[in-house]
Amino acid sequence: MRRGPCCWLETTMTDSKYFTTTKKGEIFELKAELNSDKKEKKKEAVKKVIASMTVGKDVSALFPDVVNCMQTDNLELKKLVYLYLMNYAKSQPDMAIMAVNTFVKDCEDPNPLIRALAVRTMGCIRVDKITEYLCEPLRKCLKDEDPYVRKTAAVCVAKLHDINAQLVEDQGFLDTLKDLISDSNPMVVANAVAALSEIAESHPSSNLLDLNPQSINKLLTALNECTEWGQIFILDCLANYMPKDDREAQSICERVTPRLSHANSAVVLSAVKVLMKFMEMLSKDLDYYGTLLKKLAPPLVTLLSAEPELQYVALRNINLIVQKRPEILKHEMKVFFVKYNDPIYVKLEKLDIMIRLASQANIAQVLAELKEYATEVDVDFVRKAVRAIGRCAIKVEQSAERCVSTLLDLIQTKVNYVVQEAIVVIKDIFRKYPNKYESVIATLCENLDSLDEPEARAAMIWIVGEYAERIDNADELLESFLEGFHDESTQVQLQLLTAIVKLFLKKPTETQELVQQVLSLATQDSDNPDLRDRGYIYWRLLSTDPVAAKEVVLAEKPLISEETDLIEPTLLDELICYIGTLASVYHKPPSAFVEGSRGVTHKSLLPRTGSNESVESPDTAPSGGPAADQPSVIPTQGDLLGDLLNLDLGPPVSGPPMATAPVQMGAVDLLGGGLDILMGGTGGSFTPAPNTAAPTNVGAPLGTGLGDLFDLTGGVGTLSGSYVAPKTVWLPAMKAKGLEISGTFSRQVGSISMDLVLTNKALQVMSDFAIQFNRNSFGLAPAAPLQVHAPLAPNQSVEISLPLNTVGSVMKMDPLNNLQVAVKNNIDVFYFSTLYPLHILFVEDGKMERQMFLATWKDIPNENETQFQIKDCSLNADAVSSKLQGSNIFTVAKRNVEGQDMLYQSLKLTNGIWVLAELRIQPSNPNLTLSLKCRAPEVSQYIYQAYETILKN
Amino acid sequence: MIHSLFLINCSGDIFLEKHWKSVVSQSVCDYFFEAQEKAIDVENVPPVISTPHHYLISIYRDKIFFVSVIQTEVPPLFVIEFLHRVADTFQDYFGECSETAIKDNVVIVYELLEEMLDNGFPLATESNILKELIKPPTILRSVVNSITGSSNVGDTLPTGQLSNIPWRRAGVKYTNNEAYFDVIEEIDAIIDKSGSTVFAEIQGVIDSCIKLSGMPDLSLSFMNPRLLDDVSFHPCIRFKRWESERVLSFIPPDGNFRLISYRVSSQNLVAIPVYVKHMISFKENTSSGRFDVTIGPKQNMGKTVEGVVMTVHMPKAVLNMNLTATQGSYTFDPVTKVLTWDVGKITPQKLPNLKGIVNLQSGAPKPEENPSLNIQFKIQQLAISGLKVNRLDMYGEKYKPFKGSSFVSDGEQEPKSLSSQNFT
Repeated sequence: MRRGPCCWLETTMTDSKYFTTTKKGEIFELKAELNSDKKEKKKEAVKKVIASMTVGKDVSALFPDVVNCMQTDNLELKKLVYLYLMNYAKSQPDMAIMAVNTFVKDCEDPNPLIRALAVRTMGCIRVDKITEYLCEPLRKCLKDEDPYVRKTAAVCVAKLHDINAQLVEDQGFLDTLKDLISDSNPMVVANAVAALSEIAESHPSSNLLDLNPQSINKLLTALNECTEWGQIFILDCLANYMPKDDREAQSICERVTPRLSHANSAVVLSAVKVLMKFMEMLSKDLDYYGTLLKKLAPPLVTLLSAEPELQYVALRNINLIVQKRPEILKHEMKVFFVKYNDPIYVKLEKLDIMIRLASQANIAQVLAELKEYATEVDVDFVRKAVRAIGRCAIKVEQSAERCVSTLLDLIQTKVNYVVQEAIVVIKDIFRKYPNKYESVIATLCENLDSLDEPEARAAMIWIVGEYAERIDNADELLESFLEGFHDESTQVQLQLLTAIVKLFLKKPTETQELVQQVLSLATQDSDNPDLRDRGYIYWRLLSTDPVAAKEVVLAEKPLISEETDLIEPTLLDELICYIGTLASVYHKPPSAFVEGSRGVTHKSLLPRTGSNESVESPDTAPSGGPAADQPSVIPTQGDLLGDLLNLDLGPPVSGPPMATAPVQMGAVDLLGGGLDILMGGTGGSFTPAPNTAAPTNVGAPLGTGLGDLFDLTGGVGTLSGSYVAPKTVWLPAMKAKGLEISGTFSRQVGSISMDLVLTNKALQVMSDFAIQFNRNSFGLAPAAPLQVHAPLAPNQSVEISLPLNTVGSVMKMDPLNNLQVAVKNNIDVFYFSTLYPLHILFVEDGKMERQMFLATWKDIPNENETQFQIKDCSLNADAVSSKLQGSNIFTVAKRNVEGQDMLYQSLKLTNGIWVLAELRIQPSNPNLTLSLKCRAPEVSQYIYQAYETILKN
Repeated sequence: MIHSLFLINCSGDIFLEKHWKSVVSQSVCDYFFEAQEKAIDVENVPPVISTPHHYLISIYRDKIFFVSVIQTEVPPLFVIEFLHRVADTFQDYFGECSETAIKDNVVIVYELLEEMLDNGFPLATESNILKELIKPPTILRSVVNSITGSSNVGDTLPTGQLSNIPWRRAGVKYTNNEAYFDVIEEIDAIIDKSGSTVFAEIQGVIDSCIKLSGMPDLSLSFMNPRLLDDVSFHPCIRFKRWESERVLSFIPPDGNFRLISYRVSSQNLVAIPVYVKHMISFKENTSSGRFDVTIGPKQNMGKTVEGVVMTVHMPKAVLNMNLTATQGSYTFDPVTKVLTWDVGKITPQKLPNLKGIVNLQSGAPKPEENPSLNIQFKIQQLAISGLKVNRLDMYGEKYKPFKGSSFVSDGEQEPKSLSSQNFT
């Protein structure tokens, strides 16, 4: 891949003469020229050196000679030497020291341009020895009278931090940098913000950009006057600020809105981010809210007339925005119509957004366009277009019929990949509208032979199995697939197995042979554990209880929801905070892909008035709030299993993703994933942390369901929950306009929940409940939205168990177990704080090995040990041990020393902190002595409280 | 921020690299080459590529890929905008942004890149400032420099960099003070086979060439400013004045720049100035088809439609075309299957027509793809949106400038699926 710059004719008066090929002794010649007495010759030589460097030639051997040219009055020569130095100083650190004096001298030069240039270049030389000398000049330059020098110095702090973070902190440069945010010159402010943001990224804990209303005001003033790039930095910084109320949010929005008309699209998108984020805080009834919504649409549309690369990034972001606030662009469907000369990556994105915006009002137009696209040349695009037609059918019920007939038209074209794609989507349409379009099955069956892609084959087999009673020759069709059973992909094999079992249950008399054949193929001749497992399940089901089998396999399937690929609401909220960044392009939170995920803090749209409305209010969430659909998706165990056995094509299923993820893959790893979940493993869980509420959501019903089937109950049932305190009133009705909240925390089989009772003591009906937690010490956060299904009538109360997880943002609270909660309803937002018992955070795998325990005990320094007295506890050692075990405090060893029982215990917190305990029980003394050892001694006190609570109840 | 930049030509040679932080090995570009290979067409290379340790954000301009390497979370639009700015600067300095031009001026390029970005933060991107720091090459200057030994690097502090109007340098002097505004509008329309407009919008820009001495403060007003649906302004424009009075008030940069770009969407749209009559059909079972297209002007306020060029992407099965044009000339590229008809000016008396026989590959099935026609044209002295400049005032300086404005409408229409066929 090396590209030698070829021979250039020397006739031109241009730089290409520097590209003459490397001759033998070229370096030698250059050396001579660099040491020439003639200034001009020197400069030409340096130019030649730079040109060679540009194309990657190694000219580091000339280091001393080039550095010698540094002391010059000629600015160009100086700059060229600086360029060279930046490139090679790293490889010649000792030599680079030679340059230091000149740098220090230049930092004192009367010309600010030279001062700035010197401090700028010094920062780029990544050599430790040089950085030591840099500190003094940098300190001066940060306070220079000339803003140009100050702004250059601000960036230099970021450079230095990259090379030696400790040095920057020790020298107090960060504070100086913070002071620069209040500088009189807007460019200095912008650069200081940029530098601080970059430093903050590698320094998540530090509160570098601690914004307050005063500094926000300074930033907003600077915003109007600094360069476009500075505006981007400032806007991105503003986006991290949490306004204290909606008034402040509105005033910031007002001052940011003019940026929407900037020619630089990055400025526009950063402004959109700030507005989208702060809009959360504004009440929807506000006039300003509507104005803002209207103002957002035109700039977004304008982004689409920019260069294709910009369009692509803009489209990825618009995709998020239309999911969060579909009303912004609902009238702009046409701008997303694909142009024939769009690059393919733009076309695919536009298609995605078209479907999101499709509604009854514009469906005719959309369908007409999609049909056109389906006849284009690019295969990927055509496939996606066909898929889009199917999605329209599912999304807009009124259009389903037209979509189906369009799809049939497309099938008639006999273009292989179009047909296959169409069959895949028709399967989904059947799932959405059962007993409506089955008349087309005959047409589909005609194309059976042309299907060569697994997904299409599987879809077709599913259709045949599902509608076996209406297809006369269903058995023949399925039999034909069976011939090459072992050559099929797993997806097709699994589907074929299920389809034949369905067929058998529907037409038992004719197909007995077939079903035996497939069961033996799946169980005896297959190496695939998933396939074997499923085969055995069916086999056993069919042999023990055919009626139950029928109920399970042929159970009525839940309808699939319209919005299939919506981003999960909490992720969406997080991504909205990252509009315009790489995260928004990849639709993943930065923690998921940023290298080493250092410095990544979770951002969320929290806690604010009207939060959670994306989930709650039907007009913003296009699917009418997936949360509400949950019960219909997983109504009973039987259906759940039926689900597992039928729906393994990964078809769209609504409901919170935590529930759906295991369902979708459930059948495939019915044993693997499902049981992993039971055993508290990570299995098929969707959420990143294993100890979240996710597994139980599905795990519990799955457990009993499977337990029945396989008699696998051992060990599962014994995991009773830990101690639950009685509910106490957290929020008295007087303080919350009639809403009384009482509650407690509990931990059951690995999942934490907050059990609440909401009582309406007001005279009006309450609805639209939502809940948010402030950041807290252990990252507790609701794992699902607060679901109050019906409005709460006066004097009515409702009990809710809110699953929690510990993947939320972390901030140390005082006291440690303090939790600040915001609850919203249609009336207002209320705040309260409560203390949670620490034992809800004790995880199930908190038992340490004996050896490990001993080693760890010794390893933790003695000053971390704290002693407590638990008074008036008259239990014996065994009772204590079993009582504590119920709350996940495990006894590692027990000893009897001089008549007293010593219990050695371990427990682990959700954030991975281990706590070791020694409990001394004297038979005669009702007081127990508890010694706790932990690497984080600040938790000890709360652990002690937990001990006391558990033992005394 | 931006870590490194690689310039890559179409044949995959990295011909320039620049690192603003530590050096990133060229091998990182292999990921880019991989994506390029996968995309087949150069235009289709995705702009954001992730690699195990870096992200590559690229733009494709003038047959050159500008590939930047970033390591931390950086707004991609920021990078893309910046890369375009780099390309614009090369264009501005060397007259063209080509591999040859860059290689010919490699030292200037390097100096420019150094000035434009510091530690990955944009430093000076305004052409006015850059030109004060680094003088653009001219033949004369390079001759003079080589004789006198002077350099093309300015040794004064760029004044604009510090002022609140960074886009303008101080002390500008002209003997003839002139200000020109070019209003260029482009219609972008999709028309279906029955001739009705599916989608149309106008993208307009006002490009200015201002050569005025001192610190002039201009205000430009329109007769009908409410026409504009959305505007993007050069930073020099005072947004508040526009919000309250719909007047463009600004201290202009010196020289050529884009004052505003705007969009007028279909609600306000006047009729599309040309129409097309078409007949494209392929006969069943014979390897030929007929092609007959006529272009005519619609109402256009008495202005002539010029520079008409029609391009058609013919179906793949088309071997060649035997056509006769009553006006202009046509070419058909049998490799890309693109038919280009350079029509020229349309006179209403004699409408240009192109018709003849299409030869298909023998044995190939009848093409199903509907060719899309793309028509480009120009109308001088007319802004198709109806935008009219009211007046231009100058404050702050005493001289009387020469003012001028011109209008050009460019059309780009994409009538779709012109052949009317039935699927059988």
